[in-house]
Amino acid sequence: MSLLDIRNLSLSIHGKPILKDISVSIRQGEITALTGESGSGKSMTAFATIGLLPRGSVTTGEILFDGSNLLTRSESDLCDLRGRDISMVFQEPMTALNPVQTIGAQVMETILIHGAMTSSDAKARTRDVLDRVGLPPDRFPLTRYPHELSGGQRQRVVIAMAIALRPRLLIADEPTTALDVTTQAQILDLLKGLVSEQNMALMMITHDLAVVSDMADTLNVMRAGEIVEHGATFDVLRDMRHPYTRQLFDASRHQAKLSTAKAETPLLSVENVSRDYALPRTSLFGSRPMFRAVNRVSFDIKRGERVGLVGESGCGKSTLTRAILGLEPIQEGQITLDGDPVWQDGHPNLAVRRKMQVVFQDPYGSFNPRHRVSRLITEPFHLLTDPPKGADKDAAIADALTAVGLNPADADKHIHAFSGGQRQRIAIARALIIRPDLIVFDEAVSALDVRVRAQILDLMADLSRDYGLTYLFISHDLSVVRSITDRVLVMRAGEIVEDRPTPAVFEAPEHPYTRTLIDAAPQLPAFPETQDAARPAF
Amino acid sequence: MNRNLIIGGALTALFVCAALVSFLWTPDSVETMNIANRLKPPSADNLLGTDHFGRDILSMLMVGARTSIAVALVAVGIGMGLGVPLGLAAAARSGGMLDEVIMRMNDLIFAFPSLVIAILITAVFGPSATNAIIAIGIFNIPVFARITRGAALSLWKREFIMAAQVAGKTRTRISAEHILPNVANLLIVQGTIQFSLGILAEAGLSYVGLGAQPPIPSWGRMLADAQTMVSLAPHVALIPGLTIIAMVLGLNLLGDGLRDALDPRLKVVRA
Amino acid sequence: MLHYALKRLVSLAISLLVASLVIFVVVEVAPGDPASFMLGINAQPDTVAALRTELGLDQSKFDRYRSWVGGMLTGDFGTSYTYRTPVSQMIADRLWVSLPLALYALTLSTLIAFPAGIFAAARRGGIGDLGVTGATQLGVAIPNFWFAMMLVLIFAINLRWFSAGGFPGWDRGVWTGMKALTLPAIALALPQAAILTRVMRSSLLDILGEDFIRTARAKGLSSRQALWRHGLRNALIPVLTIIGLQFAFLLAGAIIIEQVFFLPGLGRLIFQAITQRDLIVVESVVMLLVFAVIVVNFVVDLAYAAVDPRLRART
Repeated sequence: MSLLDIRNLSLSIHGKPILKDISVSIRQGEITALTGESGSGKSMTAFATIGLLPRGSVTTGEILFDGSNLLTRSESDLCDLRGRDISMVFQEPMTALNPVQTIGAQVMETILIHGAMTSSDAKARTRDVLDRVGLPPDRFPLTRYPHELSGGQRQRVVIAMAIALRPRLLIADEPTTALDVTTQAQILDLLKGLVSEQNMALMMITHDLAVVSDMADTLNVMRAGEIVEHGATFDVLRDMRHPYTRQLFDASRHQAKLSTAKAETPLLSVENVSRDYALPRTSLFGSRPMFRAVNRVSFDIKRGERVGLVGESGCGKSTLTRAILGLEPIQEGQITLDGDPVWQDGHPNLAVRRKMQVVFQDPYGSFNPRHRVSRLITEPFHLLTDPPKGADKDAAIADALTAVGLNPADADKHIHAFSGGQRQRIAIARALIIRPDLIVFDEAVSALDVRVRAQILDLMADLSRDYGLTYLFISHDLSVVRSITDRVLVMRAGEIVEDRPTPAVFEAPEHPYTRTLIDAAPQLPAFPETQDAARPAF
Repeated sequence: MNRNLIIGGALTALFVCAALVSFLWTPDSVETMNIANRLKPPSADNLLGTDHFGRDILSMLMVGARTSIAVALVAVGIGMGLGVPLGLAAAARSGGMLDEVIMRMNDLIFAFPSLVIAILITAVFGPSATNAIIAIGIFNIPVFARITRGAALSLWKREFIMAAQVAGKTRTRISAEHILPNVANLLIVQGTIQFSLGILAEAGLSYVGLGAQPPIPSWGRMLADAQTMVSLAPHVALIPGLTIIAMVLGLNLLGDGLRDALDPRLKVVRA
Repeated sequence: MLHYALKRLVSLAISLLVASLVIFVVVEVAPGDPASFMLGINAQPDTVAALRTELGLDQSKFDRYRSWVGGMLTGDFGTSYTYRTPVSQMIADRLWVSLPLALYALTLSTLIAFPAGIFAAARRGGIGDLGVTGATQLGVAIPNFWFAMMLVLIFAINLRWFSAGGFPGWDRGVWTGMKALTLPAIALALPQAAILTRVMRSSLLDILGEDFIRTARAKGLSSRQALWRHGLRNALIPVLTIIGLQFAFLLAGAIIIEQVFFLPGLGRLIFQAITQRDLIVVESVVMLLVFAVIVVNFVVDLAYAAVDPRLRART
């Protein structure tokens, strides 16, 4: 018999349908994944199960836990159940902990709120679970505050809170999405270990099919509030009976077809560059201590070359990017584009800036919401001494929009009329419009769903062929870089540890850190690629 | 649709109209005294009664609205005119010397409540409505500087601002072109709130004699004059007081309504 | 923590220094010759000369500033020209009325605002919330001195529960004194309580939307437990700021309220001093008010650090 049996669950929030007739069942000791793109309703299924739906939610159907329907239980019954029988781990560890309480107090609260033990026993148990999740007492005493821990460590605390009373069902909502790939691997191992050790059921919400294939016994594929396919993970991924599953799978391992580059003349040159940040003063009158975010980094990019820059959060890649773009001065070394320095006499060099453009990560934050598309994408014209006017300007706008697969008529719309993927196309149009020598893609596909991501990567490959683009592609995700670059730089702790052609890096990584990154990334099983890969409308 | 906006807007419009009409016409003169007709309760002749000099209270309130609105409006103007550019400049150079100096100056002004500024100015230059404007206006500067800086700082972290920087625009130009329009809603709402606080502050200053001087009618002065008469004729204190409440309430509702209409997430300050 | 406190202490000292400079410049430099200003245009030349010597106007401005600040540091605020008594003595007497009044009002306002704000936030959108929000909307619109007049009209003149004004002094017992300060304190406190309630409510509602509240709910806390155990302390940070600011308003507001109740506090002193152009008294009382505000803000800064471990760590 199933531990959890969701039967014909439908949910609407303020009258808007979110879930339609969902049925999922999870057995003790089993990992069940819910997967799908953003907005598919997978997180809401989790919140419905633990009884923490937002205001204005109306549900029909049944959620049977141990045979009793949770949807009809009273709130105080649910409070008894939560934390003791059903627990949850959330996506964002940075904000999931109370900043003004120690980690010990927060883990212990799970135990004490249910009156499960005396407080001295609870303290001992707290210590045990923190040890179990990999936070040993010498480095992580109970008196630590959340702000003293890294994201991965905080996620371990959240997991400790969730498992302190050995619940029978654990719900994990994208538990590793906010974490680096090496940390992700550790957290996934931890969760797997806990499931087999405690014979727990785990409901795993994730958008990442590679994680699913790595972890889950059974799989439910969700789209727009419905479950389109379910079954044993291996079977579902092998058969892919539903076209949506196939689209997701193909898009997840999609490789854009990059034309061969003719790279000879040097364009960007980064020589011995260091960037220091002042930290807050530690003593009243002493000088402020410095943190070296980028340490004597050197590399260059030739005209027509497509280079990837990969590293985990805090490795200094964003700092280096800002320095290359001339947004911040550097403390040591020299950055030149076509022989001219990007930063000169304490000011960014405008002559160089007009040869560079950037595409940012967040398709929702990178446009002024008050302006129309035509104004947004022509902003770089500001850099030109003689920007096109009138009909020339309109033609440039139409060209740029057409190049990225949009309609010239879109120029008059406001940005909120577009989806995330379309916005990223607009961002690329903005970067293209002055025909820069170098484009920097700063995590430009990281916030996108897989199918949209595959389309944007294809677009980049097409543009690269048609316009002979030179770009620097910055990403925390090694696998994305593989199909879209000629050469990869791997960055760690402010330094570049590997700088070699892309195929060589993936086939025979030299630096142990690169190897760790490659090994830590979850892999999709190898099934043959289908023809209609990544070509759905968005 | 938005009840706050409608009620608040109507109340505010009513008082602004009353103040404007008073330039052309009032039910009775506010300068001629008629001792025989003093402290009369509301009647057909004097809709809101008469004060201790026999003047028509409705007419006094209409003319007094001019003083209140003028003082509060100019004070908001001073606060916005100086505070907003300072806040924008501080945010554009966040963490720098300029930011530090501007924020420390703000803290300093916060230590001088407008009443204290008014006391200082009055002690040296004598009382007047101008003093009230200056005192309230100075106190408004840090309020606007602070909220502008706070809102601007979060905008500076947004990618569209970085995109503008990559497009080579200067910080000043970005502040004017991208930051200011995006904090405008907040400023409108905060401006309404400061306006209402200005009305209250003006009444308080005039009440203790640090604001508008006789014979200029003002709501605060009317209450000061009423104080000794309150047991004889409660309406002389009740009516001007309720007038102030209605005006301030109207402005606050208008502010809330505007916030809900423009952007419910705006962070305004009330102190 | 110690480092944080020291840093705030340095900025406190700088604020006080700059504030004293501003006051000195406005009062002693702006009017030109303070002596002739204080005595008016009809004064005899020798009287003016005598006052000039007494005020030390023959010294340089810098020396005068130094001796003024130096005097204040040792408790010497100079001698009132009108009353011929040490200003420090006059202030001390009046402070025994104004300070208890401000603290009384602050206590009342906090005692009203905390429960009301928590009550409203816990019942967001319900009848109770609407009632509290409506009441605060009215409360922030009421001028405190008018409210004071109405309290006098109702409770002193009509019901005769309290006296209409005046202060019998603390010699007649704490309760007598407190009773005389009750109506003024209520008048001062209610409009401030309305503001504080709004801040408390909205700050709590902000916190209740945070991820860690959801985490707490997933642990099995009821929404009320989550509010008390995790919401309150985090919500306190903006509330403390407002309490600090309110102290300034209460001290200043006390000056106005004292006029309504004829209380012999700092307000009465300063208005007499203004009419009599007694600049020495004005300057000292203003400095004292500013000093109080700056010190209270320093205490609030320390309170932040007590509430928020991130602040303790950052320095």
